[in-house]
Amino acid sequence: MSTQPVSHSEASPVNGTTSVVPFIALAVCLIIGPSLIYPVFLMKALCFALFACAFNILLGFTGLLSFGHAAFLGMASYSSAHAAKVWGLTPELAIAFGTLVAMALGAVIGMLTIRSRGIYFANITLAFAQMVFFFCLQAKFTGGEDGIQSVPRGSLFGLISLKSDMAMYVFVAVVFFVAFVMIHRIIHSPFGQVLRAVRENEARAISLGYKAEQYKLAAFILSATLAGLAGSIKALVFQLASLTDVTWQMSGEVVLMTLLGGVGTIFGPAVGAFVIVSMENYLAELGSWVLVVQGAIFVLCVMTFRRGIVGTASYYWNKRQQG
Amino acid sequence: MFEILGITSQALFGQLLIGLINGAFYAMLSLGLAVIFGMLNIINFTHGALYMIGAFVAWMLLNYLGVGYWWALVISPIVTGALGVLIERFMLSRLRDLDHLYGLLLTFGLALIFEGLFRQKFGSSGLPYRPPAELTGGTNLGFMFLPNYRAWVISFSLVVCLGTWYAIEHTRLGSYLRAATENPALVQAFGINVSRMITLTYGFGVGLAALAGVLAAPIYQVNPLMGSNIIIVVFAVVVIGGMGSILGSIITGFALGVAEGLTKVFYPEASSTVIFVIMAIVLLIRPTGLFGRSS
Amino acid sequence: MTLIKKLAVATAFMTAMAAPAFAQYSGPPIKLGVLSDMSGLYADLSGPGSVIAAKLAIEDFGAAAKGMKVDVIGGDHQNKADVGASIARQWYDQDGVDVILDVPNSAVALAVHDITKEKNKIFLNSGAATSDLTGAKCTPNTIHWAYDTWMLANGTGKAMVKQGGDTWFFLTADYAFGYALERDTMEVVKKEGGKVLGNVRVPLNNQDFSSFLLQAQASKAKVIGLANAGGDTTNSIKGAAEFGITQAGQKLAGLLVDVNDVHGLGLQVAQGLTFTDAWYWDLNDDTRKFAARFAAQNGGKYPGKIHAGVYSSVIHYLKAVEAVKSKADGAAVVKKMKELPTDDTVYGKGEVRQDGRKIHPVYLVEVKKPSESKKPWDYYKILTTIPANEAFRPLKEGNCPLVN
Repeated sequence: MSTQPVSHSEASPVNGTTSVVPFIALAVCLIIGPSLIYPVFLMKALCFALFACAFNILLGFTGLLSFGHAAFLGMASYSSAHAAKVWGLTPELAIAFGTLVAMALGAVIGMLTIRSRGIYFANITLAFAQMVFFFCLQAKFTGGEDGIQSVPRGSLFGLISLKSDMAMYVFVAVVFFVAFVMIHRIIHSPFGQVLRAVRENEARAISLGYKAEQYKLAAFILSATLAGLAGSIKALVFQLASLTDVTWQMSGEVVLMTLLGGVGTIFGPAVGAFVIVSMENYLAELGSWVLVVQGAIFVLCVMTFRRGIVGTASYYWNKRQQG
Repeated sequence: MFEILGITSQALFGQLLIGLINGAFYAMLSLGLAVIFGMLNIINFTHGALYMIGAFVAWMLLNYLGVGYWWALVISPIVTGALGVLIERFMLSRLRDLDHLYGLLLTFGLALIFEGLFRQKFGSSGLPYRPPAELTGGTNLGFMFLPNYRAWVISFSLVVCLGTWYAIEHTRLGSYLRAATENPALVQAFGINVSRMITLTYGFGVGLAALAGVLAAPIYQVNPLMGSNIIIVVFAVVVIGGMGSILGSIITGFALGVAEGLTKVFYPEASSTVIFVIMAIVLLIRPTGLFGRSS
Repeated sequence: MTLIKKLAVATAFMTAMAAPAFAQYSGPPIKLGVLSDMSGLYADLSGPGSVIAAKLAIEDFGAAAKGMKVDVIGGDHQNKADVGASIARQWYDQDGVDVILDVPNSAVALAVHDITKEKNKIFLNSGAATSDLTGAKCTPNTIHWAYDTWMLANGTGKAMVKQGGDTWFFLTADYAFGYALERDTMEVVKKEGGKVLGNVRVPLNNQDFSSFLLQAQASKAKVIGLANAGGDTTNSIKGAAEFGITQAGQKLAGLLVDVNDVHGLGLQVAQGLTFTDAWYWDLNDDTRKFAARFAAQNGGKYPGKIHAGVYSSVIHYLKAVEAVKSKADGAAVVKKMKELPTDDTVYGKGEVRQDGRKIHPVYLVEVKKPSESKKPWDYYKILTTIPANEAFRPLKEGNCPLVN
């Protein structure tokens, strides 16, 4: 049995009495954000932040490294794009549909993979993600290399038009905030505690009477569903769904975001996502240096920075509190 | 001559032979990966990038120093292997006590760095590398025209694969390596420098990848993307064969090459995915692979 | 007068003196964005070279002398539609870009095409192949330069059948661009009285074509059509050389090949390859001069049709802006670009049609043998020139709503 893959969640106490301050700060940032930063960029960062937070449920809190999470992001993206464009569903219905598709896919893949552990789990999720990629490449409705383009943003509930970037931003920010708080509540619920127990020592958890596999499966499906939510929203923000969202490189990117931000922390993945999306944006002119920088961040995080940004910050914060 | 589903036996044998050639590459690459995992328990995601670097070293030797293919077969694995030694010594060794997933992530990051650097310098349209004069041309076998170079690739990789397998399973050095994986402390107590052995083994595995790269250079374009294109497939091969099994990887490599070749004949669109389907099926039935030892 | 007032008057006076008396465009600075694949599959065909081409065009137009401030920025879409769309949006919304140039990769091009219409800016595409840009999806804001799938299919297909290549087998990249190319070429071959003996779909980015080439060989078709691009094409060609297919008498028809691909392959391997190209650097003195200037800034690499297209589109755009005297209304400037005939030192004389298709003569070429090449980058033997009005899809057949 190998040592713990992920750092402990030192940021917040286990019994759920977390300070509200970070959440208020988050809300404030979301509100003033668009006046400082280009809203479309912010929306992209929020989608990836949600994706990374969803991924972290599995990696940080359940201890399972999935190397195929892009399958959920992408499949949901295609589904909601199709629903909005071809079926003409209003945005909230299209997004709901995309999320449900991701949930179903998560259930199927989860049931087939949850019995594996460690490297084998990573490999088998990668294999399934490749198959989803193949499906997306071949299926008529995805448009192959072209992707699904000109996806209409539509009107929320049929009333509020989401065409303007600001209107869309408000919607995305609200959904993100709600999902984020929800993730936090789940992690600090009894369910979340069992997940962490399973992560620490599965055998012991089983001996205590918990059906570890069922919990892991539930976490997997939850993670897939929220990743799907991120993907569905993303399709409407950019008004297109493409193959990039189902590549293994995308699966690698979400690992990077989570690792950089801090595995096993609540805010970590969101921070990591912001950093990576910003970096890609600003370094875009430097071509392949983006790959080099991403690789370097991976290496640095693994070698010396395993707690990630938020993890390290909270570690030192806690040390100060104690000392 | 007979026909299966509209494909003549001529075409079929031709495809089987091609599949065998591809299988040779898969076998050589997965051999390196299997050696590294089997001995070191490291999942070397960098393997694809190192294969690419091996090909580039050969290209650079030819274009910058005028050194030809035959020398490259020797020099490139040594140079790239040295790079591997550095990676192990300064980075991977620090992760030995941690979960193997960290090794995976580190090597993934390294792969990105290498690919990014080479893409930055060389673009990605691919650079030409001609097979050596002695191996150009081919023989007409009746059911296909077999380029001499490809025949060479099959035979040489078989020799290398079987040689490595023999060295690990049937020599003293190999037995030290295997013992060190099982129980490093005990082996260390016998006076064998386990740390150095691990480093050199990693270097050797990397050298194998580089050797595959040199072999590949005249067949594919020498291209910074060649590593990431192939690494996922080779990963699957190793997993199917069984992560620790040397012989398993060799057999699976060749077998999957043939399987891919057959798929290309009957259902070409699926040829890039058939290996993953097989991998998923195998993992569901036998999680440690066809020949793997249970961990 | 206070000091400040004096300074203000002096500044105004000097500015008025500095503006040339005959300046026709005196509006705000113009910003051009070259959105390309700067590091991937198309970096050599397009990439940083396109930025160089744009800058050369601005220089040659004499923008500075006319008092027009024109800037160029470059962006890398990394062959991803979402990245490209992001950059396009940001450029239009935040960075004041007026025109997007180049954009290889049909998926990205289509995304940029839509966004451009939404923002009423201008899209001058030289890099992508999809003929949809001037077909059913045409808009008043896009002009398609250089080449497209219809032109490629018809140029090469027709010419090869006429030369006796009347049986074909296709190696097709398994995505929309490949299908379009295959479909268009199959149509042409059949129309000219040829036969299609078979086809095989090959996954994108496939490294080794040996098994597919074997099938092509087994079919005994006189021509093997390569309905693919970039690395797929060069790998197919390499494979064919290695397996003695071209030596044995079958001809390879590259459906999308650029001079930079040939350079990457080397003449030893590429010799005999026949395809249609929209432009070649060695056509006349003007193009040779352009090529020399371009190569000096591009590390010795010569320009291909896409680079030339960027140059040509910039010159024509600047002419149109000058004539309209304002850059604000994208559709209006494009309308002017369709009214004015095109004329530049690189693509020569031509015109932009109602559907946004820029037409010009195209060339059926064959790659020279190593012994026939007398100077660096001397790669093409020009077999025929296809006149502009035959080279591209007839106006009526495109279903473009702008065509009345």
